[in-house]
Amino acid sequence: MNNVQLRQVGKVYAGGVEAVRAISIDIPDGKFCVLVGPSGCGKSTLLRMVAGLETISSGEIVIGDRRVNDLDPSERDIAMVFQNYALYPHMSVYDNMAYGLRNRRTPKAEIEERVQEAARILEIGHLLDRKPRALSGGQRQRVAMGRAIVRKPRVFLFDEPLSNLDAKLRIQMRVEIKKLQRALGITSIYVTHDQLEAMTLADILVVMNKGKVEQMGPPLTLYERPATTFVAGFIGAPPMNLVPLPEGGLPGLKLAKVPGSGRLTLGIRPEHFELTAPGTGPHALDIDVTVSAIEAVGSETFLYCAVGGNGPEIIVRVAGKSEIEAGATLRAVAEAKNLHFFDDETGVRIAD
Amino acid sequence: MEKRVTFDGKLLPYALLLPQLLVTIIFFYWPAIQAVYQSFLIQDAFGLSTQFVWFENYTLLFSKPEYFHSLLTTLVFSSVVAFLSLSISLLLAVQADKHIKFASGYKTLLIWPYAVAPAVAGVLWLFMFQPSLGLVSQAIRTLGFEWNPLLDGNHAMALVVMAATWKQISYNFLFFLAGLQSIPKSVIEASAIDGASPLRRFWTITFPLLSPTTFYLLVVNIVYVFFDTFGIIDATTGGGPAKATETLVYKVFHDGRLGGDLGGSAAQSVILMVMVIGLTAIQFRFVEKKVQY
Ligand SMILES: Nc1ncnc2c1ncn2[C@@H]1O[C@H](COP(=O)(O)OP(=O)(O)OP(=O)(O)O)[C@@H](O)[C@H]1O
Ligand SMILES: [Mg+2]
Repeated sequence: MNNVQLRQVGKVYAGGVEAVRAISIDIPDGKFCVLVGPSGCGKSTLLRMVAGLETISSGEIVIGDRRVNDLDPSERDIAMVFQNYALYPHMSVYDNMAYGLRNRRTPKAEIEERVQEAARILEIGHLLDRKPRALSGGQRQRVAMGRAIVRKPRVFLFDEPLSNLDAKLRIQMRVEIKKLQRALGITSIYVTHDQLEAMTLADILVVMNKGKVEQMGPPLTLYERPATTFVAGFIGAPPMNLVPLPEGGLPGLKLAKVPGSGRLTLGIRPEHFELTAPGTGPHALDIDVTVSAIEAVGSETFLYCAVGGNGPEIIVRVAGKSEIEAGATLRAVAEAKNLHFFDDETGVRIAD
Repeated sequence: MEKRVTFDGKLLPYALLLPQLLVTIIFFYWPAIQAVYQSFLIQDAFGLSTQFVWFENYTLLFSKPEYFHSLLTTLVFSSVVAFLSLSISLLLAVQADKHIKFASGYKTLLIWPYAVAPAVAGVLWLFMFQPSLGLVSQAIRTLGFEWNPLLDGNHAMALVVMAATWKQISYNFLFFLAGLQSIPKSVIEASAIDGASPLRRFWTITFPLLSPTTFYLLVVNIVYVFFDTFGIIDATTGGGPAKATETLVYKVFHDGRLGGDLGGSAAQSVILMVMVIGLTAIQFRFVEKKVQY
């Protein structure tokens, strides 16, 4: 069993920076866990603590049934793919992949077999004699992956492995990483700040903010029931519309039912609006809007709209192409099940 | 498009180059040509007549066993000093690289010896190792070892080796430290994760990645030991005892200045010059091509 458990893990750097605060995550054997969050929220720090490249200030990390806090990186039986790939520049692709096996005194024949196998899976068989500097970015990425998989480690760690690739290659590699991880069944932790990568790769998605976990769970759960406005604004592209509701209500916005009391923030995803002519209704939510800008990407169209003509801006998604032009006044409506309410002050979701 | 500064006149660029050219010509080419010319002449003992003899000075030189003895001394001296100074400074640089926080004070201390003039360094070591009064000599003697660089050729050699090594460590250290810091941290981390022990990490990753620096320093150190150690040898042993520490450079001085054999001395300097040119050429070729990974 190669499950990974983080128990109240914390990290304080030498200068007193508290990069990670009491994080607990449980990753079952073979699952793919993605850490996502804005820059500086402590994702890399947490990953490097699992790898053994940073000391653990508090709490404990358990891989399988071993507490690894005091083990060297080499003793933890993990493999890591770095953002800059960190290939050994003076070694051929073959030697880069064989290095970890040689250090562990694997028999020569087995090294040959495993390297060839990994090269076949990653389609880099023709590059084995080259030095890293003679490879393209995408090929280097594959070699870095190869170096990780030949070792058959207990855990894969990835620190933004795709962020140096162009958009097209990134999507292709994303799919390949997912397939590879499924096929090998190796427990993985993957750091990214790309929410699309996070959504598509994760079995368990962990959204981090300022060194803490905002919410974790299956990606679709986070999408459908974000626990905080931070998660709501982070997951989904474009993100959920968050409209703070002032005391006396917002001109042009009518809600059939408002849960609880106190000041609220209303959340609604761009894809959950429907557009009707002004004056129809009533629905669970009716907003009179004026379209200020239009973004058409072919398969869908995003309308940037002002609530009540000059209120806060919301984004409305329309499938396919749209005949609507800037300046049009419309009514955007939504069903009750697609409305999210958050406490305006704490940003925490209000139970429904 | 690359932006370039262009000069209008034809004269200005040459005028700007002139000081540099003059310095090179006056202090390098002119003496070099003179040395070559001089090496073809034989002067009588009183300096009254000179004779043009083509290569006689050279054939004479190569017929003397002393010259080969001096060559051997130089080779031993330079390889020992190069090896010691390179390995000690690499060791120090690796330590400094680990604890880069404290490195600044540590670095300053290590750089000082480089600022000391060779003759002063020689005198310093001479004092410490002076047989009867030197601090270190006394310490060695209490350990029951008879230390006397004034009489024992091996002791004298050890003394100049120590002084020369000590002076060269600073320079090597700086280059090694810069080299170490240019190795990406993630590459070292990757090898740690790949299961390499710190020692293995050093020999399989760090050392190969430092090879351009090491090679550069090797050549610089050999050139240094060939030429710049004159001051140290002159101040400590004067080439003795019994020519045990007489390197090629010291022999040039000794034969020419003290022995009055200007032609032979010039021939020796020409040979040295050829050696340096050779070393430098090797360095340029290799640094540009081979040693890169
Ligand atoms: N070696 C260090 N010493 C002191 N503080 C550090 C160190 N490394 C990181 N930090 C701080 O810890 C915090 C978290 O850094 P970390 O690298 O984990 O962020 P991240 O989530 O990976 O960000 P990014 O997406 O930009 O990579 C930051 O505030 C950073 O400045
Ligand atoms: Mg990071």
